[in-house]
Amino acid sequence: MTGNGATAVIGKDGLDALIRALAAGGRTVIGPTVRDGAIVLTEIAGGDELPYGWGVELEAGHYRLRRRADGAAFAHSAGPQSWKTYLHPQRERQWTADRGADGALVVTEEDAPVPSYAFLGMRPCDLRAIAVQDRVLAGGPHTDSRYRARRERAFLVAVECTEPGATCFCTSMGAGPAVDGGYDLALTEVVDDGGHRFWARAGSEEGAAVLAQLPRRPADPATESTARQRVAGAADRMGRTMPEVDLQLLMRETLEAERWNDVASRCLTCGNCTMACPTCFCTSAEDVTDLTGDHAERWRRWESCFDLEFSHLPDGPVRATGRSRYRQWATHKLGTWYDQFGSSGCVGCGRCIVWCPVGIDITEEAHALNQERAATGGVGVPPREASS
Amino acid sequence: MADMPGTRPQLGVWKFASCDGCQLTLLDCEDELLGIAERVEISYFLEASSAPGPGPYDLSLVEGSVTTTQDAERIQGIRAASRRLVTIGACATAGGVQALRNYADVAEFQAAVYARPDYIDTLATSTPISAHVPVDFELRGCPIDRGQLIEVITAYLAGRTPDVPAHSVCFECKRRGTTCVTVAHGTPCLGPITHAGCGALCPAYHRGCYGCFGPSNSINFPSFIPLLRRDGMDTLDVVRVLRTFNTAAEEFDAASRKELSG
Repeated sequence: MTGNGATAVIGKDGLDALIRALAAGGRTVIGPTVRDGAIVLTEIAGGDELPYGWGVELEAGHYRLRRRADGAAFAHSAGPQSWKTYLHPQRERQWTADRGADGALVVTEEDAPVPSYAFLGMRPCDLRAIAVQDRVLAGGPHTDSRYRARRERAFLVAVECTEPGATCFCTSMGAGPAVDGGYDLALTEVVDDGGHRFWARAGSEEGAAVLAQLPRRPADPATESTARQRVAGAADRMGRTMPEVDLQLLMRETLEAERWNDVASRCLTCGNCTMACPTCFCTSAEDVTDLTGDHAERWRRWESCFDLEFSHLPDGPVRATGRSRYRQWATHKLGTWYDQFGSSGCVGCGRCIVWCPVGIDITEEAHALNQERAATGGVGVPPREASS
Repeated sequence: MADMPGTRPQLGVWKFASCDGCQLTLLDCEDELLGIAERVEISYFLEASSAPGPGPYDLSLVEGSVTTTQDAERIQGIRAASRRLVTIGACATAGGVQALRNYADVAEFQAAVYARPDYIDTLATSTPISAHVPVDFELRGCPIDRGQLIEVITAYLAGRTPDVPAHSVCFECKRRGTTCVTVAHGTPCLGPITHAGCGALCPAYHRGCYGCFGPSNSINFPSFIPLLRRDGMDTLDVVRVLRTFNTAAEEFDAASRKELSG
């Protein structure tokens, strides 16, 4: 069996065998499970830990678990974390420095081994988000070596989306609900009279090798066509849309829009959106010394453009107002990300909408900006505001 | 805090109106306590030693709020004898829970509580240390976080600024990987307006933050208060949750007054 061609149908026993085979191969298997009233990502040891029979009810600033009669494991979206929790951890040591007896400093780069992850249940938008972070953290001249090491060793099991949430808009961002490469294995969950099963395709040699170890049967046309229909149907059931305009241009042409004041009146600048976002990558440096003063460490931790400290210069923060900080985030995500990295920074997963305590909705803001632009005469590039 | 040749920096720990919990945090440093004692001379710390040194002090940690005229004078002397003065905890930084007296008639309290109110000699208000003397750094919390206390001491030993972010608890909650109790459970939580530092302890145990670290550096009350109401709080609940350990913090005080005035 060769890489990309391998397909099969596996059952729940096959999914369990997949988790156990990946773990037996030395991988730390991360997948969805029900905990604390949500479907979270955590290390799992077997198929019985998957959220069979659980779905989610999503709205702006609102997340609730719901039982599902069909027993599906992957009929959920926009969980509280994203996979960057593992690939781009919230806090990581960069180096240590020690002062020797002769007073000389010895600096040692962090060399703790990185785990070999297997990620189970990645949605197509998640795959797209990882591709976005790859360009940021591993694509330019300044590669983050530890991110790259984790990324290169990771085994990715995608599950296509058949049940979009009310806050999903991956279709608008060209990021789903069907997979488009970038995985080792792709699954599509089908639950009907024919049973509970997963249409599996290998996307790599390693994926094919793993698939070959599992209890499986040949892919049948009925399962395959049902799976394709479910995914195609999901594309028509997105809860949100972005305006069908050039979003990069929209951001550039609405820098002085009144709408930014409106959203700023609601924004708590609490930082939740950036922490939940699967592509937000910003970090700050944290220097730690011990009581002796002979040992120091440099750590890197997640930072957010909603933090006043984020833009702190000798005269104070460059973006002092909530308006300037929300605008920075949204215009970067939807606009200047293209200038910087050649793509949108948004994949339409909806996490920022769900996990915003006051339910600020980036799609609603984009629609409002688009309407304001149209109402105020459309095109034209206002001068860039230095700060506000 | 420069090390004088042959001497260790002198540390003073001072108590004002408080419960002693923040001072105990220093004793609670256990693994680091001997290291601290090796690096600094614990010169005045009645909680730990009954043999106070004479001063001056390179670093003074001040716990508690000012509630008597004697204390209002005493803090002046401590300030004058201290190169750096750091307040530890909600009482010293924001007046503490005893600042609830600021909204009431102290004479009435005295008559209700004490058999001999004439024995009581107290001010009408509880005020933070910064209302009396310049303060070099304020450490938040009720009680303070042990890690942040060690960070402040080591930062001063190293001559660097303490790494004590003033952003919201939400930053720490998300970094910890905790599911948001407001979004997923509908639990009222002060995390979005509260100063980080505790590591988002309460939400990790499925409870809403109750603001014991006081206000963060970026608050939007007009948007936040309706969230508390949506999740079941009425005006009195909102006022009460803002009037706890940091009731006299300027932002919480103003917001609670505004709630009451409708």
